[in-house]
Amino acid sequence: MTPEEFTTAGAAAISAAVRAGKVTPSETVKAAFERARAIGAGKDALNIFLHADEAASIEEAKSMHERVQSAADIGILAGVPVAIKDNIASLGLPTTCGSRILADYVSPFEATAVSRLRAHGALVVAKTNMDEFAMGSSTENSAFGPTRNPHDVRYVAGGSSGGSAAAVAAGITPIALGSETGGSVRQPAAFCGVVGVKPTYGRVSRYGLVAFASSLDQIGVVGRRVDDAAIALEAIAGFDKMDSTSSDADVPIYRLSALGKPAPLAREPDTEAMRIGRSPVPLPPPPDATTLEGVVIGKPREYFPESLDEGIRDLCERALDRFRSMGATIRDVSLPRSPLAVPVYYILAPAEASSNLARFDGVRYGLRVDPARGLKAMYETTRSQGFGREVTRRILLGTYVLSAGYYDAYYKKAQAVRTLIADDFRAVFNSGVHAIFTPTTPTPAFTVGAISDPYEMYLNDIFTVTANLAGVPAISVPIGRLRRLPVGGQIITAHFDEYSMFRVAYALEASLGDEAHQ
Amino acid sequence: MKTERYEMVVGLEVHVQLKTRTKAFCGCSTDFGAPPNVNTCPVCLALPGALPVLNERAVQLAVRAALGLGCAVNPVSVFARKNYFYPDLPKGYQISQFDQPLATGGAIVVGQTEDGKAVQIGITRLHMEEDAGKSIHDRYPGSTAIDLNRSGVPLIEIVSEPDIQSSAQAGAYLRTLKQILQYLDVSDVSMEEGSLRVDANISVRPPGQTKLGTKTEVKNMNSFSAVERALEAEYARQCALLDSGGKVEQQTLLWDGARESVRPSRTKEGSHDYRYFPEPDLRPLLLDQGWINDARKNLPELPEARRTRLTQELGIAAAEIDQLMATPALVEYFESVARASRDPKAAFNWVMGEVSAALRVSGEEIDRFRVRPADLAQLITLVKDGTISHTAAKRVFALMVETGKPAAQIAADEGLAQVGDDGALAGWVDEVLQEHPDEAKRYLAGEKKLQGVLVGFVMKKSKGRADPRRVNQLLSSRGG
Repeated sequence: MTPEEFTTAGAAAISAAVRAGKVTPSETVKAAFERARAIGAGKDALNIFLHADEAASIEEAKSMHERVQSAADIGILAGVPVAIKDNIASLGLPTTCGSRILADYVSPFEATAVSRLRAHGALVVAKTNMDEFAMGSSTENSAFGPTRNPHDVRYVAGGSSGGSAAAVAAGITPIALGSETGGSVRQPAAFCGVVGVKPTYGRVSRYGLVAFASSLDQIGVVGRRVDDAAIALEAIAGFDKMDSTSSDADVPIYRLSALGKPAPLAREPDTEAMRIGRSPVPLPPPPDATTLEGVVIGKPREYFPESLDEGIRDLCERALDRFRSMGATIRDVSLPRSPLAVPVYYILAPAEASSNLARFDGVRYGLRVDPARGLKAMYETTRSQGFGREVTRRILLGTYVLSAGYYDAYYKKAQAVRTLIADDFRAVFNSGVHAIFTPTTPTPAFTVGAISDPYEMYLNDIFTVTANLAGVPAISVPIGRLRRLPVGGQIITAHFDEYSMFRVAYALEASLGDEAHQ
Repeated sequence: MKTERYEMVVGLEVHVQLKTRTKAFCGCSTDFGAPPNVNTCPVCLALPGALPVLNERAVQLAVRAALGLGCAVNPVSVFARKNYFYPDLPKGYQISQFDQPLATGGAIVVGQTEDGKAVQIGITRLHMEEDAGKSIHDRYPGSTAIDLNRSGVPLIEIVSEPDIQSSAQAGAYLRTLKQILQYLDVSDVSMEEGSLRVDANISVRPPGQTKLGTKTEVKNMNSFSAVERALEAEYARQCALLDSGGKVEQQTLLWDGARESVRPSRTKEGSHDYRYFPEPDLRPLLLDQGWINDARKNLPELPEARRTRLTQELGIAAAEIDQLMATPALVEYFESVARASRDPKAAFNWVMGEVSAALRVSGEEIDRFRVRPADLAQLITLVKDGTISHTAAKRVFALMVETGKPAAQIAADEGLAQVGDDGALAGWVDEVLQEHPDEAKRYLAGEKKLQGVLVGFVMKKSKGRADPRRVNQLLSSRGG
């Protein structure tokens, strides 16, 4: 493979080449680092990587080479370089969450998702930049500076998984792990013109994901193309005894090459585990990726408001036309409680965050600033200096909504509305709709520094946050460009029906072809 | 006395460490006394990204405790986070249960009124939670050391109704509760090792008033008697305060055993807002009703039932049973000996006498005692059927403790079998009469009370082997 091919090849192609002995794992890793240098992934340019160790990665690749030559059990990601968001614990490289309070922190254990990637043969090359503790929509809240959009460095990469989306968009790795709480994989994927998946809540173990809002957090994947995201999700999905909220629902094979065949399971359910959630009967496998015969796609009116950017609307209509031309039926549907999602989210997520971030207290690890005026002063100084403005704002907001006298008015009411939002999705999916299509974001990427009002920034999540609140899976795929910037379209399906989500996404991707990036 | 113008109202909160091998939410050992911070892992150190996973054994023990205390176990209970900052609380919150606890509405009987009615203390709720670590303030001057070995150890909190009316009743409640938990085998219930801790809520009110007075919370008691003394001290303090026209302030007080008084705690407990909310890392705890019913069916026999049963079946007085009841394993041992030997009275005497003394000497637990119930029962049978004398039996017992050999074998090896053969006995009697001519002369002259002395001499000469009944008969026949 030429260096140019490495920047565009999918994970399936790279791992096939590695397994066939046409390319060594060391070469794939070196290609990733060369691309990172060439495009300027460093701090002074795109600022994609927070931590990387080329020599260590090449060493790891060499031992992978031995594994490839000796063992028959090499996984579906053999020799594929991957980047990991810096809030997912990994051995060998620091895990700082884009925060001063964890600067230099190295985790002594690894996230289940990362271990599973490695078990499938992937090679971790970098930890990527992010909004501090995943709080933000532009990666501007990183304590280590913003990540820039590889399509135009004046623009943000989106966030909070901006570094992971940019790493894939810049051609460094075909796959990256991100994390979602309210759209943090799909939004930067849309801004960077790549594919981003937020799996069903419980689909991927959260063990090792540094918690922001536990009931919403889910590790997600970024891919060059839908197939990359599908293979990555296949590798990391499934029950984990270390996470009580992970599901033992069946994990089907999602990859493109399995289309047209009755798909066996990628992972058998763990029979000893409590059965949490259930797998629906997914759409039957089509003969190829370009037919959607018999598929019903819902177009929710709340996600196409009159105020929607006309350019975004036009690109969405083009995508809907493609669905029709492939045999799908488009049905107008309603998710009436969706407009309440942003306020509900900004009560529940900060509430959980205020508790989850209490452990960063300067006692056991991370930053400690002790003015030697007693315990309280140590806590106050450490946390004031360790956390950035947005994190501080959300901790205060979350502490407030959980306080005695306010709990019922805010937290409890928001939980009740959250249930209604999930009911809306259930009602649509129970009415014969297989997938819902919406814009991923209301606008394309904005310029660095353009949005200073936190509430305006929060509205970036308006179309993505409902999937987190409802727990359903969603994918953002490129559907074209507006003012030369990428635009994403979102496909949402029922709980644990990622299979149908990928099927519809494959069809859209195949139908748009190069137009997805025009 | 002025204090009689107020009645005491007390509710107790008892924290009990469950007897699990591993912690509530991770696989770390719960061993007491390990070097600091050895029994820790990412979960109980609250490292970034770690998640709790509920220990099933802890749930089983908590449910057993709840059922044994007469509580209703809720089919759905919810873990909640209790948020506060403290260096020995690594997550910045304690996983507990709040508005949906594991169990509610139990009661225990702590005694009888004068007219024979049972005195009951209600139990409001029983919930599961995890322990915090330990802050050590006096080890390194100017610094506080943190030991997180205890962080995440499973606890149940048992909250009583404010039904307790005196310090003596508080003591009775605690002793009864402790005994029940011991019989349920859910905890070591040791205040010394911290596996049982008591906080007391106390208020006073004029007799007849139904409204509760303002309460204070008293902590830091290290024994049941300290609880009783702390309640007396706080009762007296509140009464004096009201008598002098003052008002009781809601606050947390610490018992100072050295000064026999309470003092205000430095932390203002009342100002805490714990910001409870459901723990999102754990799903609600769902317990199948059939599983709960099975757990109820499989409960061990509770102390009250055992006392009644042993009194009736074995004909042992309640007061004597109570002496055994203090240690569940001891009463278990006794019952086995009594049944195997078919002689409850002898079993009781042996267990309370020789067995208890041997345990005191060796410091062993009864479960590890070398002489098993069947062995002791055999010894009792040997005495009863006249094979060995009671004197010899004590020697056999000592050798059983020492060697672990069965009683019959020791009796044979040591030649301790009782001698009832008249030839041998007559020989010993003759020798004794010759060796003690004075006593012999007086006895033969009719001084009957000397017979006991002479039997003693014979027993001594025979090294305890002579059958004392036959010796008496022989002597009587000589005395004519």
